[in-house]
Amino acid sequence: MSFITGVGLTSFGKHEGSSSLDLMSKAAELAIADAGLKRSEIDGILCGYSTVSPHIMLATVFAEHFGIRPSYAHAVQVGGATGLAMTMLAHHLVDAGVAKHVLVVGGENRLTGQSRDASIQALAQVGHPDYEVPLGPTIPAYYGLVASRYMHEYGVTEEDLAEFAVLMRKHALIHPGAQFHDPITVADVMASKPVAKPLKLLDCCPVSDGGAAFVISRERTGDVGVRIRGCAQAHTHQHVTAAPALNELGAEIAIAKAKAISRVAISDVRYAAVYDSFTITLAMLLEDLGLAKRGEAAARVRAGHFNHDGAMPLNTHGGLLSYGHCGVGGAMAHLVETHLQMTGRAGNRQVRDASLALLHGDGGVLSSHVSMFLERVR
Amino acid sequence: MSDWTSGAEAIVYQSCASCGAVQYCRRSFCSVCGAPDPQEKRASGAGTVYATSLVCRAATPETRAHVPYNIVLIDTAEGFRMMGHGENDLAIGDKVNARFAQFAGRLVPYFEKAK
Repeated sequence: MSFITGVGLTSFGKHEGSSSLDLMSKAAELAIADAGLKRSEIDGILCGYSTVSPHIMLATVFAEHFGIRPSYAHAVQVGGATGLAMTMLAHHLVDAGVAKHVLVVGGENRLTGQSRDASIQALAQVGHPDYEVPLGPTIPAYYGLVASRYMHEYGVTEEDLAEFAVLMRKHALIHPGAQFHDPITVADVMASKPVAKPLKLLDCCPVSDGGAAFVISRERTGDVGVRIRGCAQAHTHQHVTAAPALNELGAEIAIAKAKAISRVAISDVRYAAVYDSFTITLAMLLEDLGLAKRGEAAARVRAGHFNHDGAMPLNTHGGLLSYGHCGVGGAMAHLVETHLQMTGRAGNRQVRDASLALLHGDGGVLSSHVSMFLERVR
Repeated sequence: MSDWTSGAEAIVYQSCASCGAVQYCRRSFCSVCGAPDPQEKRASGAGTVYATSLVCRAATPETRAHVPYNIVLIDTAEGFRMMGHGENDLAIGDKVNARFAQFAGRLVPYFEKAK
């Protein structure tokens, strides 16, 4: 058994003068305090990567910087799925008795630490170095390709995709830590600059500075426990050129395995935290996961289904699209918000019932997937 | 056999003598069955558009000079999928043929609608 005993999250946006290690440290400190632990009680560390400050041993660099000497430590790299992949590993580590309290941490000064061009270029390298990268694609182009096909096969429109940007912005408006606080409309999304058609600027998540951390423990440390009920991964390809058909992607494989392991049905889920690097990512994943029928996710957004007071509150912090995306810490914010919702600490964003949550992360170009169910235990 | 990735005007793929699978990215074995030494073959350049994305925001000075450029995924007549450039108005399902074009100091496959 394993519990998420503490969470920490910085605001996203500009943290002028903060290094990746600074942002990781800030988030880690918050998470450890939230768990009611002392840093000396942390005996395992899993961290992500920083494109600004790459290092072959980031976990021990961080441990030394932060001032702890864990008995287990290393970095994990699965792109956007890294946060949930680390959480899954921490779950198995504490369950197996390898460590008692594992700190999972990610943070990066991706916005102020390097140019936007450098970020776009660094991320484009998930493409094939010989057969794709020389063609000048960008991450939005990889997802733009997927979007064009998805729209073609399922009759989804650009206006449909815009709904997801509007929804995430609406949620970010009431979170003080979010990068964006200006309301947007479908017309604003449609009028925003094309980046990689059919994706426009407001279909894309921003580049941010920020950090996030959790503590995964063998026993709960507070009154309300957030237990990892079960999780699973799937990895079908790396490069978009080698991706399987749209109805055979890893999200469907991962969620099927996670449901079986957790003995949970989608109808049991009360809160959803789903990776949203682009509007198309969120639309596809919601449908892959079974949170909407094929081609119908946008209609559910319009009907208020994913609002705070809807049947399935989704990314109530604003997601990558509007809370922001600082790399590994970006999608970890989804879990932090889920934890706050499950423990009744989400303030003016609090949903009625978040007793069972589904989280899903995606890395690469829908290449790597992690699905996870969390349940509240009292 | 050299191809566009090394500056030659050709698209090359591999075919497994053992299981018959075809693969685009060069390896010394078949990625389906693991048999060694798949046979290299030259593709015709004919295919069908699977997906498109017109890049309007590029990240380097060299690629920015070409904006907008259309990144396309092509299902080739030989049965493998590849990425290339294409005419800006290509649509999914269009039948295409490859020629080659200069892009950011490299030779790249460029797909045009079949006449």
